[in-house]
Amino acid sequence: MEFRDRDVVSIRDFSRDELESIFSVAKKMEEEGYDRGLLRGKRISLLFYEPSTRTRLSFEAAANSLGADTLWFAGVEGTSVMKGETLKDTIETVANYSDAIVIRHPYDGAARWAAEVTTRRTLRGEKKVPVINGGDGRNEHPTQTMLDLYSILVTQGKIDGITVALVGDLKYGRTVHSFAYALGMYRCRIRLVAPEALQMPPHVLSYLESRGVEYSLHRSIEEVIGEVDVLYMTRIQKERFPDENEYNRVRGIYRVSKRTLQGAKPNMRLMHPLPRVDEISPDADEDFRSYYFKQAGNGVPVRAALLAMVLEGSR
Amino acid sequence: MNEQLGGLKKGMIVSPIENGTVIDHLPPGRAVRIAQMLGLMEGAVVIIGQNLKSTKYGRKDLIKVENRFLTDEECSRIAIFAPEATVNIIKNYELVEKRKVSIPDVVEGIAVCSNANCITNKEPVPTRMLTVSRSPVKMACHYCGYEVRAEDLRFRG
Repeated sequence: MEFRDRDVVSIRDFSRDELESIFSVAKKMEEEGYDRGLLRGKRISLLFYEPSTRTRLSFEAAANSLGADTLWFAGVEGTSVMKGETLKDTIETVANYSDAIVIRHPYDGAARWAAEVTTRRTLRGEKKVPVINGGDGRNEHPTQTMLDLYSILVTQGKIDGITVALVGDLKYGRTVHSFAYALGMYRCRIRLVAPEALQMPPHVLSYLESRGVEYSLHRSIEEVIGEVDVLYMTRIQKERFPDENEYNRVRGIYRVSKRTLQGAKPNMRLMHPLPRVDEISPDADEDFRSYYFKQAGNGVPVRAALLAMVLEGSR
Repeated sequence: MNEQLGGLKKGMIVSPIENGTVIDHLPPGRAVRIAQMLGLMEGAVVIIGQNLKSTKYGRKDLIKVENRFLTDEECSRIAIFAPEATVNIIKNYELVEKRKVSIPDVVEGIAVCSNANCITNKEPVPTRMLTVSRSPVKMACHYCGYEVRAEDLRFRG
């Protein structure tokens, strides 16, 4: 199990054992505190071509906690991307001043391409600069999934054997694609709650089938609320819809309130990758089952563990 | 070599070729697409037979092309659309070699990812499609993971 210089592009690039070793390092960091000397002298570039609050700030907090410096841009205004620079050229350039690159990009597959660009540099005798996917288009968001799984471990004590409902925009939502792939490594039951137009893409479903995962398709939260251990809400993402009419037909279709939670099991935890719009009403925030803000907090130890392992090797 | 005509012994509706290639046992309706994909329509003498009788498959398509021989890579591309195809090499009106095609594990540079939001459709990135299922044939983009059935796969023109 070698992590040093490894790209983190898809959650499927990691085995279950590897994910669990990240979680155990994250737990240790949370319990024993962060070693500020661990990544001293390292530079991590955060290239955010799309808006972000949690991913960018938690990566930055994680890097700083371990003593690394960060370089970043948030939005392409003010960068040469506005002049038409390709992703390849930006990565070729930034790799010169980075020990690792975290990228969020609007196009699907951008992180895989960026990782290949830094791998090709090694053919010219340059060092490998690992690329970490902070969300690529509608495709994947693997580090979100790592903190989601970690959140399940913390709240449920296990991942095997639980029932998870994924609700909302399952078609365009990259977080749920990565999350579903990861749940496929565990013996979970998955409930997919979405309007027909936003159900999980066929290639994700065929992956779940190939892993023998028990899943079912639903239209309403009420069908599943009583049986699930994790209710994972997602935002209907206006910016991913090719046409506004399609968005208007489904906006606001799911809302979880304090009242909805009354039908849930006591161990159930309500999660959300955030930001939310109206799919969880603020009156649910105080319910003991609502976990989304703590879940976002778990981004720091999990991303710190990942950075440490990618830059310093497994430990 | 009666097989040159794709099993048409009597009432020759497709004339024989002296030198070239006969691509046989194509699923009905696929011949034109395959000929276009291989760039056979540009200049060479090409004979396309559609919905011909086949003892093995009921109906089939067939392509004959004069003075053109296929590379292994081209044979692999045929296999994506026609896994049962045979490629017959004709020299001096004689069948000199009969090859089965096999589906490639990877198709690089020539296919187009069907996902409009894929990086390969937005920036100059060479495409890479991976075979994820052989029956039915399905390919997935190496970059974005988007899957397509073979019949929906498009190639760079």
